[in-house]
Amino acid sequence: MRCLVAVKQVIDPYVHIRINKEQTAVIQENVKMAMNPFDEIAMEAALQFKEQGIISEVIAVSIGAPGVQETLRQALARGADKAIMVMSEKSYNPLSIAKVLAKISKQQEVDLVLMGKQAIDNDCNQTGQMLAALLDWPQATFVSKLQLESTSLIATREVDGGLETLKCKIPAVVTTDLRLNEPRVISLPNIMQAKKKPLTEISIEDMGLELNNQIATTTIQPPPKRKAGVKLNSVTELVDKLRNEAKII
Amino acid sequence: MILIVAEHNNTVLNNATLHVIEAAKKLQLPIHVLVAGSKCTDVVSAAQECAGVRKVLIADNDAYAHQLAENVAKLIYQLSTEYSYILAPATCFGKDILPRVAALLDVEQISDITDIINQQTFVRPIYAGNAYATVTTSLSKNVITVRATSFPLCGSQDKCDTQAIDINIPASNTEFISINSTDTGKLPDLNSAKIVVAGGRGISSKDKFTLIQQLAEQLHAAIGASRAAVDAGFVPNDLQIGQTGKVVAPDLYIAIGISGAIQHIAGMKDSKVIVAINRDPDAPIFDIADYGLVADLFDAVPELIASLSKAERLISSE
Ligand SMILES: Cc1cc2nc3c(=O)[nH]c(=O)nc-3n(C[C@H](O)[C@H](O)[C@H](O)COP(=O)(O)OP(=O)(O)OC[C@H]3O[C@@H](n4cnc5c(N)ncnc54)[C@H](O)[C@@H]3O)c2cc1C
Repeated sequence: MRCLVAVKQVIDPYVHIRINKEQTAVIQENVKMAMNPFDEIAMEAALQFKEQGIISEVIAVSIGAPGVQETLRQALARGADKAIMVMSEKSYNPLSIAKVLAKISKQQEVDLVLMGKQAIDNDCNQTGQMLAALLDWPQATFVSKLQLESTSLIATREVDGGLETLKCKIPAVVTTDLRLNEPRVISLPNIMQAKKKPLTEISIEDMGLELNNQIATTTIQPPPKRKAGVKLNSVTELVDKLRNEAKII
Repeated sequence: MILIVAEHNNTVLNNATLHVIEAAKKLQLPIHVLVAGSKCTDVVSAAQECAGVRKVLIADNDAYAHQLAENVAKLIYQLSTEYSYILAPATCFGKDILPRVAALLDVEQISDITDIINQQTFVRPIYAGNAYATVTTSLSKNVITVRATSFPLCGSQDKCDTQAIDINIPASNTEFISINSTDTGKLPDLNSAKIVVAGGRGISSKDKFTLIQQLAEQLHAAIGASRAAVDAGFVPNDLQIGQTGKVVAPDLYIAIGISGAIQHIAGMKDSKVIVAINRDPDAPIFDIADYGLVADLFDAVPELIASLSKAERLISSE
């Protein structure tokens, strides 16, 4: 079984983002970047299946500016067998990304695509579901437990009402939630070894797809600020404030 | 016209749908609601009574019993011709199904909107709510998920018309196995509770989380948690609040032993009144709390419970 893992480079989750003066974009220059945390989990899941002998090959793919090469090198250092970098100076919306991933899934003849349930920059939570639709494959989203068999998978999903378990025929798309696993720490020898693994570059224009963004972001603004509150000295004071000032209990 | 996909469990119409209906009114177009399920007559009745709904479409079929994305997306795709907007709540339900519909229609989706400026312009949070993007669409078909807490509930009306939908969809490659629901007991549901009492890593163990439970019972509040508390196994996953969990906006949110990481704040910062109890005076949660109490929670929470129950006794003896 061959597995594609889609990884996105995002601003590190613990960095405080800044918006440009024109209020049109979030500043990306000279900001610490990282692999989207959900994609790290997707990669870890693929590697664990490979170690169990269920998956034969793990292919990492990323779409973006030349800087994403760093994220792919990281994927290789974690244990991916090869990487594909789809170069694009322009930033595309999830539907276009799903189209690129669909094309690569077919070219690479993969049986399973693992990816994060959302990217922590645009928080869209769309790409995996769109990819599944384009390929007409079943989907298991927000997965916190995953069992792979030869012709099907059993996935436990984190949903609003608790935990839902589905069985999907393979090929399928699985999007990962945070509690699926703990991604491994990358060791120095692995980083060195990763330099020798194959990383193929292709330009998005050469994919033979017609891609365009249908939805435009016009402005980006900071959230409304909550005004700072007060620190209280005792529980008695808190109860008094809630009862007589906020009138809420 | 607008098609709203109802979220339900075949028995109860989820409140999130009522918020979406209210939001949709801003688009000033006729509203239809789709109830796709199995033996879901109560849900249909509830949808018919939602103010502003012109017609309820009923797709009652075993294939939709568990609202599998594969099946429901195909159904919506076939129904989509006459609609220029397809909406669903930005809950796990809507997030699972709607992008699949959008891709079938070959259109992009706008996720998790918090405001509707006009028929082409919407606002949505990005970067865990640390920024808000205004997006514009020129599409003739718009697929949108709506953040329920950003819009009020719709009111009620006399029942509107219904229409049965008979569309055959191909056999699916997904099989529903089970759902393991969290029983909130007599406490209200996290999504609609007026008060939420949330506990974090500071609670330190599953056993000690009973403190949160007791306070929640006292206040008739729902229980919530940080990711750290869920990861540590103190509470089930569906109580997680934040960027990647639930988004809540109750009248009162009490954060106990929660530091206030941006990913947590993303899910509760629109609460009306925020209270934080934390022993670290520099915890970021205090930056957004209306009332902060720097204290050891194991002293403060029992005291709070005692003082609330004393007040209750006083009132009931009056
Ligand atoms: C991609 C991603 C997504 C995430 N999504 C979410 C999400 O949806 N929701 C979420 O909550 N987190 C999320 N997180 C995790 C988030 O970054 C924080 O790690 C998490 O919120 C911390 O939880 P906490 O505040 O309970 O724990 P901590 O940060 O460890 O804070 C514990 C607090 O308890 C206080 N405390 C300890 N003992 C006591 C005591 N006896 N009395 C009083 N106070 C005490 C401490 O002072 C401290 O402030 C996400 C992280 C990532 C990377």
